[in-house]
Amino acid sequence: MNTTERVGWSRIEMAQKAALDIPDGSYVNLGIGMPELIADHVPPGIEVIYHTENGLLGMGPVPEPGQEDVELINAGKKYVTAIKGACFFHHADSFTMIRGGHLDISILGALQVCEKGDLANWSTGKPGAIPAVGGAMDLVAGVKNVWVITDHNTKDGQFKLVNNCSFPLTGKGVVDRVYTNLAIIEITEEGLKVREMAPGITFEYLQEKTEPKLIQ
Amino acid sequence: MINKLVGSDAEAVSDIFDGATVMIGGFGEAGSPIELIHRLIDLGSKNLTVVSNNTGSGNVGIAALIANRQVRKMICSFPRSTNSVVFPELYRAGEIELELVPQGTLAERIRAGGAGIPAFYTPSSVNTPLAEGKEQREFNGQTYVLEYGIKADFSLVKCQSADRYGNLTYNKTARNFSPIMCTAADITIVQAKYMVEAGEIDPETVVTPGIFVNRVVEITDPAHESILVASGERYPR
Repeated sequence: MNTTERVGWSRIEMAQKAALDIPDGSYVNLGIGMPELIADHVPPGIEVIYHTENGLLGMGPVPEPGQEDVELINAGKKYVTAIKGACFFHHADSFTMIRGGHLDISILGALQVCEKGDLANWSTGKPGAIPAVGGAMDLVAGVKNVWVITDHNTKDGQFKLVNNCSFPLTGKGVVDRVYTNLAIIEITEEGLKVREMAPGITFEYLQEKTEPKLIQ
Repeated sequence: MINKLVGSDAEAVSDIFDGATVMIGGFGEAGSPIELIHRLIDLGSKNLTVVSNNTGSGNVGIAALIANRQVRKMICSFPRSTNSVVFPELYRAGEIELELVPQGTLAERIRAGGAGIPAFYTPSSVNTPLAEGKEQREFNGQTYVLEYGIKADFSLVKCQSADRYGNLTYNKTARNFSPIMCTAADITIVQAKYMVEAGEIDPETVVTPGIFVNRVVEITDPAHESILVASGERYPR
């Protein structure tokens, strides 16, 4: 099978799956990239407040063309809006929210996640790579629930769910749940527990694409 | 002096000396005090240690300061972005030093520096390469890493409104690191979009109290980094 062929859920479907799991009333920080898609798929009637670590609680959708404000951006430095009832604050307050355990959910991308919940998502450690960490280490250290949304394997077919992370860690034992194109997997004391598989994906296929032993 | 207003941006930065530690506000382009940075480039002070979340983009602002070989060391959390070319090249060539700090730790180190707290323990970065060689301690069964407060000789900051006392307000996410940087420097230099009369800023809405500010210069129409970068601007031209 061609490893670049997309199988299982689309990126939008992955975002929908994660969005459905966000409890009403949650304060949520969405990481840069795929996590940003989740905000578009929270069901009506569920009220969620989005935090962006550069100093905004109550982040709204992307602005209409022509309405962009260079001083209203998110952590990915993209233009955003502020909802009615939003507030702005400085960085020390923003990370008081994060590190102090005031946010309910942090949803991040990943390079690797291990079966114990270790996360590597900031550096491949390759020579010549510019290391950049941003707020990821603070988010995983302080937010109550840490979810990862990522493709199940790398573009060249390598494992992303691994026995041990080979890339530099962002945090140890911090991830609670992973949403991939193939499955939703809970990280438990016993190991990686499969909660749901994408249509057409068998447990055997999922196991083949995953380094640690899965629990059905 | 109680009246913090100075005549020009060049005058405001004129005593930034070689080897100084300079905090520069901004997250990406939001809140970046481009005019003050460009006057620092005109001044030409060398061997600076710059504390700022990013390393700039294109060839203006912080990126231009780095390209002008005025920066010996960057202390930051995210030294790359879409249009960031200057820092990566110099870093790969071993010509600029980098102290990479998690963003929340950077914020707290600045806050602590300004608040007279020499050091603190944080859970961020434990079990990662960024905690290597640092003192660790357990509290209530959890491991924390010791981090030190940072103080600067100068802070360069952009705000929205300022009065002669140095009371400041900011605009949206352009606030970011600026209020804490104002507290952590010997000399805090501010560019304000609007100079207003004392009393025009409601005391309940002052974000940075004037005691943390030394100099304010009015820059009514500040340049925006993304617009300069998109039009291929360089500084100096």
